[in-house]
Amino acid sequence: MKSESTAPVFAIVGNPNCGKSTLFNALTGLKQKVGNYPGVTVEKKQGTAYSQHGLPLTVIDLPGAYSLAARSPDEAVTRDVLLGRRADTPTPDRIICLVDATNLERNLYLVHQVMDLGRPVILALNMMDLVEASGMTIRIGRLQTALGIPVIPCEAVNGKGLIELKLAMSRTDLPLPRHAWDVPGAIAAAVAELQASLALNDGKSPLSARAEALLLLTDQDSIRVAGSTPLSARTAEILATWKKRWEAEGMDWAGTLVNSRYEAIGRLAAEVVQPGAASGPTVSDRIDSVVTHPLWGWLVLGVVMTLIFVSIFTLAEYPMDWIGNGVSALAGWVKGALAPGDLRDLLTDGAIQGVGTIVTFLPQILILFFFIGLLENTGYMARAAFIMDRMMSRVGLNGRSFIPLLSSYACAIPGIMATRTIEDPKDRLTTILVAPLMSCSARLPVYLLMIAAMMPGNLVPLATKVGLMLFMYAIGTFGAFGFAWLFKRTLLKGAPPLMIMELPPYRLPGLKDVAMHMVQRAGLFLKRAGTVILGISIILWFLSTYPKSPATATQTQQVEHSFAGRAGHAIEPLIKPIGFDWRIGIGLISSFAAREVFVSSTAVVFSVENFDATNDHADIAPLRVALRHARWPDGRALFTPLVCLTLMIYYVFAMQCMSTIAVVRRETNSWRWPIFQTLYMTGAAWIFSFIIYQVGTAIGF
Amino acid sequence: MAAEIRLSELAAGKAAVIRSFPKSGSGFLRLREMGLLPGTTVTLVRVAPLGDPIEIKLRGYLLTLRKSEAEHIGVEPAP
Ligand SMILES: Nc1nc2c(ncn2[C@@H]2O[C@H](COP(=O)(O)OP(=O)(O)OP(=O)(O)O)[C@@H](O)[C@H]2O)c(=O)[nH]1
Ligand SMILES: [Mg+2]
Repeated sequence: MKSESTAPVFAIVGNPNCGKSTLFNALTGLKQKVGNYPGVTVEKKQGTAYSQHGLPLTVIDLPGAYSLAARSPDEAVTRDVLLGRRADTPTPDRIICLVDATNLERNLYLVHQVMDLGRPVILALNMMDLVEASGMTIRIGRLQTALGIPVIPCEAVNGKGLIELKLAMSRTDLPLPRHAWDVPGAIAAAVAELQASLALNDGKSPLSARAEALLLLTDQDSIRVAGSTPLSARTAEILATWKKRWEAEGMDWAGTLVNSRYEAIGRLAAEVVQPGAASGPTVSDRIDSVVTHPLWGWLVLGVVMTLIFVSIFTLAEYPMDWIGNGVSALAGWVKGALAPGDLRDLLTDGAIQGVGTIVTFLPQILILFFFIGLLENTGYMARAAFIMDRMMSRVGLNGRSFIPLLSSYACAIPGIMATRTIEDPKDRLTTILVAPLMSCSARLPVYLLMIAAMMPGNLVPLATKVGLMLFMYAIGTFGAFGFAWLFKRTLLKGAPPLMIMELPPYRLPGLKDVAMHMVQRAGLFLKRAGTVILGISIILWFLSTYPKSPATATQTQQVEHSFAGRAGHAIEPLIKPIGFDWRIGIGLISSFAAREVFVSSTAVVFSVENFDATNDHADIAPLRVALRHARWPDGRALFTPLVCLTLMIYYVFAMQCMSTIAVVRRETNSWRWPIFQTLYMTGAAWIFSFIIYQVGTAIGF
Repeated sequence: MAAEIRLSELAAGKAAVIRSFPKSGSGFLRLREMGLLPGTTVTLVRVAPLGDPIEIKLRGYLLTLRKSEAEHIGVEPAP
């Protein structure tokens, strides 16, 4: 720990999508998520890099920001870390400004603000490969002399320039930037006065007082986010007095400040940048003219989605069988190796069966993550937001909300985190409330199991299965839009949001990034299977085995009289109207913590019937077969196609995920919203299931 | 000197220079901070399939904004 505290702290600061996380990963060996759209990183992350001499250097990866005058929660994280307002993060004493060199002027705006902070700065020019390809040249030497700081060209993805960067980071004599910029005359007096008051009344150091004074003039609301101390009364008064005076004079103080910075940057850029010869449309332009075409655009979207689900059904089949066979073999081996008894049953019926059924879905989940990774790394995400904006505006949100929603197809948790890029608090809350309606990967096993139970084997063409799957995703998505519309009209009324978003150029996805992300997600999935799901499966096994019935009882009677059976029976009156019996009830209760547990709990509850008590080596029948044999007491089939469909609809809408509830609690800072969300989602799930089931029964299904 | 029109009225593929820009409104301040200032040259790249938002190119990058904002920005089309 000691070396940690003495190691210099570097923050990586830059515009969104300029390659900060790529650089951070290259420096520290960590695996922060990388993607080709603005707003991938929404929280700070600390790591350690080693200097050329082997000394530790603390490095902080930050969310991208266009300006220190934050407009959204993710930008506020960056601003607060830089200004030392976060108690959980050391104040960075040196700053690496990373810029996308293909777009120097806009990127330098933030650098210009950062240079006000009075700390040593290293300027790293990223994406030099693209600069070269475009025929543009940047005079590094001149830039370096003009700013008085080390300027290092690099290519973070290819690891080029890292050694030079580390050498600069190892310097003990890093210079302060030479800031040849004077605050514009019209506001200089106000800045001086605010600076003095901030130093005197708010306890700011002289240098950061100047930066904060400048920030006060462009920051929208000076109160800002929770955690930052409010301004002292004196400073607030000075600010208010100046603003009143300027308003009376018709002076645009914020605009003056921005213009003056851009003038300084413009002069610098004219000196160091030599633009390449203007060329025809780039590859990116050509792709865009198809992807955002009024007709082809929608077609591309449809084809991409279909392709994802077709691959989930076809490609996953073999690995899924292998895993399934492996699990059966393991259960069979344990059955042979151990003496009959509760311990053996706990291992085979509880642990192996419970976890094994879920692990068989790993291939599908990996395929889903592979495609989502491709979408995120090519640059398509921002285009999807662009073409969906109009539709989103109908429900009162904007296209930017579509990116968190798309991420929620993988998992609602990163989706909810990604809402930090949304500026308006009400829009952000609305997006958080509806994000879990997007079908996440935990629902995939439930859908797949139900589709398998509903449409046996090869009797049904693949197209029908894929179609049904697409239908489930569509219902979730339109459900999310519908509820967003409802919330924006009632609870969370507000002005229509702005849609200001950068569209990054398309890039060939780094297969390494996609693979890394898949491996990480697979790790998380297996970890969940080995912890939460294993735990729930074991508990469920106990609850369905005890209290023990007399030895003469059949397995079904045994489960029926167990604790789990009683709980299932207790809620049966509630779920009978939607076609579910007490055994499905056990599944619903146990999947409250995590949706995919439904699959393992049905495995525990239904597969017991397949064990012939006299034959110890009975194979574990595939779960879908067991489900097809399940009956109501009066002999009717339990999992009719209608019930399977109803169950899927229920899972589309119901809120069954502890981790999501915890994240919503953290991001909204209250219990009110997660409770509201759980109630409305589960309520909607019941109501829609009721309608489907009752209408379906009435018309004869 | 060509007449000033609204940015939202610019035809796809045409370039123009920003002439007037609203003073207030937090969204406009952010647009300024992203380099959309009086004197900046912009090109309207395309309009989204459903008619809104628009995509413009400025200072070497692509930006999208809604017509409701672009309406307030005055531009002078390049000859
Ligand atoms: N061509 C090229 N692409 C790069 C380079 N460095 C990063 N990229 C790509 O740029 C994209 C953005 O990279 P990230 O590291 O996620 O960017 P970031 O700055 O962390 O983005 P946010 O977290 O959203 O602010 C990814 O697609 C990278 O592969 C580079 O030197 N050259
Ligand atoms: Mg990042």
